[in-house]
Amino acid sequence: MSAQTKSIPTGPGAAAMIAAGIGTLTIGIMTTGAEFSAGLKQALNFYTPSGPLSGKTSVGIIVWLLSWLLLGAIWKNKKYDLRKAFTITLVLVGLGFLLTFPPIFALFAQE
Amino acid sequence: MSLTTRELWAAIHGMILGGGFLIAFSGGLAGLYSLRHSWLSAAGIKERIGRMKWETGLMALVSFLTVFSGTYIVYPWYRAAAPEGADLAQYPRNFLLANPNLAAWHTFGMEWKEHVAWFSPILAVAVAYLVFKYGPTLAENQQLRRMAIVLFILAFAAAGIAGILGAFITKAAPIL
Repeated sequence: MSAQTKSIPTGPGAAAMIAAGIGTLTIGIMTTGAEFSAGLKQALNFYTPSGPLSGKTSVGIIVWLLSWLLLGAIWKNKKYDLRKAFTITLVLVGLGFLLTFPPIFALFAQE
Repeated sequence: MSLTTRELWAAIHGMILGGGFLIAFSGGLAGLYSLRHSWLSAAGIKERIGRMKWETGLMALVSFLTVFSGTYIVYPWYRAAAPEGADLAQYPRNFLLANPNLAAWHTFGMEWKEHVAWFSPILAVAVAYLVFKYGPTLAENQQLRRMAIVLFILAFAAAGIAGILGAFITKAAPIL
C-alpha cells in the first residue's frame, strides 16, 4: 500500500456509511410512525399534493445530512474500524427496509 | 403518437431517469469490481478512478432527480382524489383501490415503491463519496472496495424494486 493511501483516515468513510444508514432508517421510522400516529402523519404533510411522503422523505434526508455532518466532524482525521461501521450501516439499512415494507408498517396502522 | 404532459413526465421519471440509473449500474459495478492493483497498472487505476468518479457522481445525481420527479411531479397526479362521479381512469390511486383485483398494486406496490426508492440516492451518494475520498485506496483495500460494492448493489436494489413496481403500476393504472 502506498504511503499516500495509507494516510487517508477511515473516519470520514465510516461517517458517510453510517449516516446513510441513519437516513434510511429515519425514512423507515417516519413511514411506520405515520401509520401509528395520525398526528405525525398530518405533521409530515409538508407538501399537500404529495401528502405525508413529502415529510417522511424530507425528514430522512435532513437527518441523513445532519448526521453525516456531525459524524464527519467528529471522525474527520480519525481512524475508525470500517468493518464495524459497515456492520452498523447494514443493520440500519436493513431496519429501514423492514420499516418501509408494507406488510410490516401496516401492522402498526391505526384501526 | 403523442404524449400528454403527464405521460411525458411519467416517462422522464421512470424510463429516462430511473431506467438510466439502472442501466448505468452494470458499468459501475464492473468498474468497482475490477478496480484492483493486481489487475491494473498505475495508469489504469488512475484512469479508472477518474471514470468512476464521473459515473458514481452522475448516478447519485440521476437517482436524486428520479425520486424528486417522482415524489413532487408524478406522485401528486397519481394520488389526486377523485371527485364524486369522476372517471376513475383519470385518478390512478382511486382506480386501483376501487377494484379488489387491482388494489394491492397500491396498498403494496405503490406504498413500498414510494418509500424504498429514496434509499437509492442516499446509498448512491455514500458510494460516490467513497470513490471520491478514497480513490486509489479502493484498488488496494479489498475490504473497502467490497463495502462500496455492497452499498452500490443496495442502491440498485432499492431503485430496481421501485422501477419494477412502477412499471407494473403504470400498466395497471397509467397516468394519463
